[in-house]
Amino acid sequence: MNFFIEVLGGGLLAGVMYALAALGFVLIYKASGVFNFAQGGMVFFAALTFVSLLERGWPFWLALVVTLATMVLLGIATERLVLRPLVNQPPITLFMATIGLTFVLEGLSQLMWGSQPHGLELGIPDVPMEWLSEKTNINISQFDLFAAGVAGILVAVLAVFFQKTRIGRALRAVADDHQAALAVGIPLQHIWAIVWSVAGFVALVAGLLWGARNGVQYALTFVALKALPVLILGGFESIPGAILGGLIIGATEKLAEVYVGPMVGGGIESWFAYVVALLFLLVRPQGLFGEKIIDRV
Amino acid sequence: MLYREAGQFKSSYAQDQQIFPILQDRIGVVLFLAFAFAVVPLVGDQYWLSAILTPFLIFALAALGLNILTGYAGQLSLGTAAFMAVGAFMAYNFVLRLPWLGIIPSFILAGLCAAAVGIVFGLPSLRIKGFYLAVATLACQFFVLWAIQRWGWITNHSASGVITAQKITILGYAVSTPAEKYVLTLAIVSVMALAAKNLMRSETGRAFMAVRDMDVAAAVIGIPMMQTKLLAFAISSFYCGVAGALYAYTYLGTVEPEAFTLDLSFRVLFMIIIGGVGSILGSFLGAAFITLFPIFLNIASGGISHAFGVEISHALVSNLELIIFGGLIIFFLILEPQGLRRLWQIAKEKLRLWPFPH
Amino acid sequence: MAASLMSAPQIHLQQGSRNIGDVVLSVESVSLSFGGVRALQEVSFDVREHEVRAIIGPNGAGKSSMLNVVNGVYHPQRGKIRFKEKEFTDMDPHRAAAMGIARTFQNIALFKGMTVLDNIMTGRNLKMRCNFLQQALWVGPARREELEHRRAVEEIIDFLEIQHIRKTPVGRLPYGLQKRVELGRALAAEPTLLLLDEPMAGMNVEEKQDMCRFVLDVNDQFGTTLVLIEHDMGVVMDICDRVVVLDYGRKIADGTPAEVRANQAVIDAYLGVAH
Repeated sequence: MNFFIEVLGGGLLAGVMYALAALGFVLIYKASGVFNFAQGGMVFFAALTFVSLLERGWPFWLALVVTLATMVLLGIATERLVLRPLVNQPPITLFMATIGLTFVLEGLSQLMWGSQPHGLELGIPDVPMEWLSEKTNINISQFDLFAAGVAGILVAVLAVFFQKTRIGRALRAVADDHQAALAVGIPLQHIWAIVWSVAGFVALVAGLLWGARNGVQYALTFVALKALPVLILGGFESIPGAILGGLIIGATEKLAEVYVGPMVGGGIESWFAYVVALLFLLVRPQGLFGEKIIDRV
Repeated sequence: MLYREAGQFKSSYAQDQQIFPILQDRIGVVLFLAFAFAVVPLVGDQYWLSAILTPFLIFALAALGLNILTGYAGQLSLGTAAFMAVGAFMAYNFVLRLPWLGIIPSFILAGLCAAAVGIVFGLPSLRIKGFYLAVATLACQFFVLWAIQRWGWITNHSASGVITAQKITILGYAVSTPAEKYVLTLAIVSVMALAAKNLMRSETGRAFMAVRDMDVAAAVIGIPMMQTKLLAFAISSFYCGVAGALYAYTYLGTVEPEAFTLDLSFRVLFMIIIGGVGSILGSFLGAAFITLFPIFLNIASGGISHAFGVEISHALVSNLELIIFGGLIIFFLILEPQGLRRLWQIAKEKLRLWPFPH
Repeated sequence: MAASLMSAPQIHLQQGSRNIGDVVLSVESVSLSFGGVRALQEVSFDVREHEVRAIIGPNGAGKSSMLNVVNGVYHPQRGKIRFKEKEFTDMDPHRAAAMGIARTFQNIALFKGMTVLDNIMTGRNLKMRCNFLQQALWVGPARREELEHRRAVEEIIDFLEIQHIRKTPVGRLPYGLQKRVELGRALAAEPTLLLLDEPMAGMNVEEKQDMCRFVLDVNDQFGTTLVLIEHDMGVVMDICDRVVVLDYGRKIADGTPAEVRANQAVIDAYLGVAH
């Protein structure tokens, strides 16, 4: 029983990390209707920039601020160079453009900072919480809990931001209908720049946490892919959905790997999340929190 | 001057439906094919034949397959590499266990296996559309790769999961030199390209495009959704499967599952975006571009190194490659969403007027 | 609205004598809702063979929904449809097409990526018998079939006078021509029943006259039964045999154009009198 809770706990916490990756996608999709495949590239770029600055002896907070500023600039540049020229194209075109963007970011990151993997120390050790292990014999890593906490705060802040503030409302208006938003005077370009910058910030947080866990390396780019099943479950436009989706995917993936894996040879983590998402899509194509699409002819 | 349609009237529908309605085009294609089949293998150097032309043809075939599914039928697929893997490994199995079959029937059967996998993973397309479908194909991509690595019989229980393609003999004649492999690949790809063109200009192609453009309307005029979508997956996967088999037998030699990762799927997707989505010619142009581009970049950087005496590292070149690739995708999507094929069409239209300005 | 009832463009067309036959389509107590919105409530009417029937009514009355139900795009919660002696509670679009029902749409449902010729050829798909392997080879039966259907489609192109644009991608055509191409695609199926959703919308007087001419010719030459949704009263009065009037999802009148025009309930509906 303890082992089960341990696995479940580990899965849930991994799920939080997935949710963090998914958040960036939700933000951009909510505000501009684009599925930004390049979010993974942004995570990689942010993490790599931060780590490289640290390694060159920069103090932690300065490196953080500079990286954040770079991400904001990146967001604005993306909006201007990639999104604006493609503004009336079908979503699939925009999606493919973001795939192209991913490759550009990848090449750029490695060009600037080299391509060896880096370790990242955030000061929180990846060891089980002692008081928990001693009392209940369940091992849950301190780092995982820290990541969960950070993600939780981020989600809460973003949720409040979208629901309660004026800018949040403007973002939701833009996501719904660009023309109408323009008609009531919402400055579209500013909004998109803001959104991409916030997404950049989320990418930074995700990059730091993932990077500390798994090392900052090229594979980080494919965070995008892991986030996909999460987004399918949670819906592409829902922030709480991303969290819930992440938790479900994380938990089921870990449980499947541990309990079902040995029966079929192991390694099912590589595809299990996708199959879950696929089955889910067949039953409920719009996700847990998404809106039902009605085809009007 | 030379490229004129003047005087070429079509007096029957059959003439109008030809693949190359303009006489100069027909002559050009015949000459080109004659050159490709007869001249190139005799004068081509080993490196070009084995490292550039043969893989170009193989990727063109895979791009053709993906174009049928994504370009013509509008079903986005990120599982191309998985279908190629099925083709490669199943061809190996057929040649290993049923050696009396012969290589061409083995390739065909391998393609059919890939088609079967394609149909299974295409089933979600009946409920899921557009972008979400990409997720289903991702599931296929990851699952197939996992299965190949876990199910020992596929690799004949090789310890590392690596297989070695057997020697090819057709009717007793060994196909082993780069020139011979090139001709075999060229023959297979030409036949399949012709078949694809025929398919796409008849009712099957129209049904695919109808489903792509507006599937509700297509259903209303009687086009059967399930059969059409599954047929698209089947045909596309067949093409990718044969491409995979060729990849193993006439190019790689030793095949590992890692040769068929998601990266390869993306690569083929880029080929059709750059070459022209929904176009047979586009598949070839895109494949040529992506196969030749790294070589071109290498030569260019070598040239710059010599000219300026600067050391350009391999890592720099490959990063530049990534940046330029990504940039080109974005560029093509913004400026010419129809890809190289549209640029080719524009060039031909200008050629029709040349030397007159209008 | 009253103005348009009285001063619609005068379209003078000859109507040949037609043999209007028995009931070929009958809609019985059909009710349709979307969530809380009731699009159709207990609507019943019939359509006779070879006639030209109109469905009219103010915006939002449920006219398009009615066509969608006949053709299987929407499934009614209650009611039945009877077509050619067979009864359905639920039609599906593929079956409707196979049984000889074709239609056009209010917001043009053409395949924008294909040429005019290809679009109309898709209308022949139910008549094509060759499988994909035969088509890949392009010899013998597949080739013959393709050319034979091309011939049939060219006849329709001649009939609709669109020869000059047959190789143009449909997305590049002006609205009026697109509507004509859509009619061509529906005709290509050689339907028994043709449903037209606002075929004259957005056209000027000349284009309307052309379209009316085509509609009547189709009815005359091919004997096709027509059901059309139309806002232009002049057109309705001139070319239709019988009219159904819908308002807020209910049928409020059913009869010849003259009868319907004089019906007080219809006048009230169009003038927006509260009821």
